[in-house]
Amino acid sequence: MLLSPKTVSTLKAVIFLAALVPLGRLAAGASFFPDWLGANPAEFITRSTGDWTLRFLLLTLAVTPLRKLVGWHWLLRFRRMLGLYAFFYGVVHLSSYVAFDHVFDVMEILPDIVKRPFITVGFTALVLLIPLAITSTDNMVRRLGAKRWLALHRLVYAIAPLGVLHFWWMVKRDITEPAIYAVILTALLGYRAAVKMKERRRSRPAPGGALPQPRANA
Amino acid sequence: MPIKRPSDILPSAITPRPFYERRRELIKLLAAGSILGPAGLVAACAREPEQTLGLQKLENVKQSPLSTSEPPTAYKHVTTYNNYYEFGTEKEEPAVHAKRLKVRPWTVVVEGEVAKPRAFGVEDLLKLPLEERIYRLRCVEAWSMVIPWIGFEFNRLAKLVEPTSKAKFVEFVTAYQPESMPGVRLPVLDWPYVEGLRIDEAMHPLTILAVGLYGEVLPNQNGAPIRLVVPWKYGFKSGKSIVRIRFVEKQPKTAWERANANEYGFYSNVNPTVDHPRWSQKRERRIPDLFAKRETVIFNGYGERVASLYSGMDLKQLF
Repeated sequence: MLLSPKTVSTLKAVIFLAALVPLGRLAAGASFFPDWLGANPAEFITRSTGDWTLRFLLLTLAVTPLRKLVGWHWLLRFRRMLGLYAFFYGVVHLSSYVAFDHVFDVMEILPDIVKRPFITVGFTALVLLIPLAITSTDNMVRRLGAKRWLALHRLVYAIAPLGVLHFWWMVKRDITEPAIYAVILTALLGYRAAVKMKERRRSRPAPGGALPQPRANA
Repeated sequence: MPIKRPSDILPSAITPRPFYERRRELIKLLAAGSILGPAGLVAACAREPEQTLGLQKLENVKQSPLSTSEPPTAYKHVTTYNNYYEFGTEKEEPAVHAKRLKVRPWTVVVEGEVAKPRAFGVEDLLKLPLEERIYRLRCVEAWSMVIPWIGFEFNRLAKLVEPTSKAKFVEFVTAYQPESMPGVRLPVLDWPYVEGLRIDEAMHPLTILAVGLYGEVLPNQNGAPIRLVVPWKYGFKSGKSIVRIRFVEKQPKTAWERANANEYGFYSNVNPTVDHPRWSQKRERRIPDLFAKRETVIFNGYGERVASLYSGMDLKQLF
């Protein structure tokens, strides 16, 4: 399916606004409707923005498998926005921890990041997202060159597992929710690994065939 | 000009004193202009009216000098933000699912190293002289509330069963009702939930068995029909819906110790200098504040009364 430029820009606007709904709900709850956020609004905001960071990360990672399996190549047009929203919600998530949990006390936050493994991995994941966000523009793709840009953006294969690990280690006892994220992530990354393995097998000579040939792309 | 923060803020100093004094003035004003007689009744009216669940009212409740003068947390927050894993691990789940808890008939078996083991019907316990105790509650998850509990000191119950000299610890076993508790289907903890105290902690006047809050019997999600409240320890030490109290010689193994001994110690006294691996304990958030602006106070501000229980103990080792 090929989308017309007009459809693409309309869809982009729709996705852009839809992705702001969770933030809008939190902002409205914090300012006008305290009942929306319950007894512990800070916890609600931190949890919710963390959830949305992971969801956008998984959506970003779902684009390639969906293109290849279902043929929805047009999804690629929206991947950058999904990735940037993952970064955006990650930044809001970190900010709420900095502001609400530690009241901007840097001397308290730094040891906290080092000392608590779940915060260490979460923080690392967000820091690793920064270069990806910075190099997300068309201009940066051109400047880096497609090959280097792609290599850099493979960082997401480390970032997403770190994000899920962050959630897993944060939970006290009931790991149901992080486990759901882990299963989806495993499927998305497992698909890529399977494709890679298949390609490698294809490039290998059949048993009993000729001697190994140098690979064309080696 | 740099603003210097004193290193140890007393709980009473966190909210400025004039605030309290004005609160008292307000009560006095109401008392003066009112035809309401007993002081207790006036105090109850001076508190902001709370929309409660309208459960059974508890009568003849005495006020206690051991209550804090801090304003109580709203009833709706106290009853909708709960850790009661038997009904789900999300805070809002107990308020939804605990309706199914069967709270009558209810017996509390008191046994072990006692001269007169006994099973108490909860109705008998409700007939004991009741007091209102407005206590701070500090959760290990770095949030806190102020709750007007109604109950009686644990030592009153102990007197009725006469613990022997062998009774060094008290074990509290809580309800296990698989048919009404959706949370116990998951092996989140080793059910039933068990907590424990050293005998001197249990007999301390601050340790109460609560049967109500905000003037009414306990809502199920808060541990109906009877629960423990130990205000200087993290909230999980205060077991809910107690069915069995055992006086024992050896330190009991609590549910959280069995689950994760590195994170949850037997004592679990509120202590800003002993961090939990998941949460810094330096500060806390008073529900429903957005900012965790309060500094945690050792023994949750009850140090004056309980610190002597732990003299000579290394509280960083025995956390």
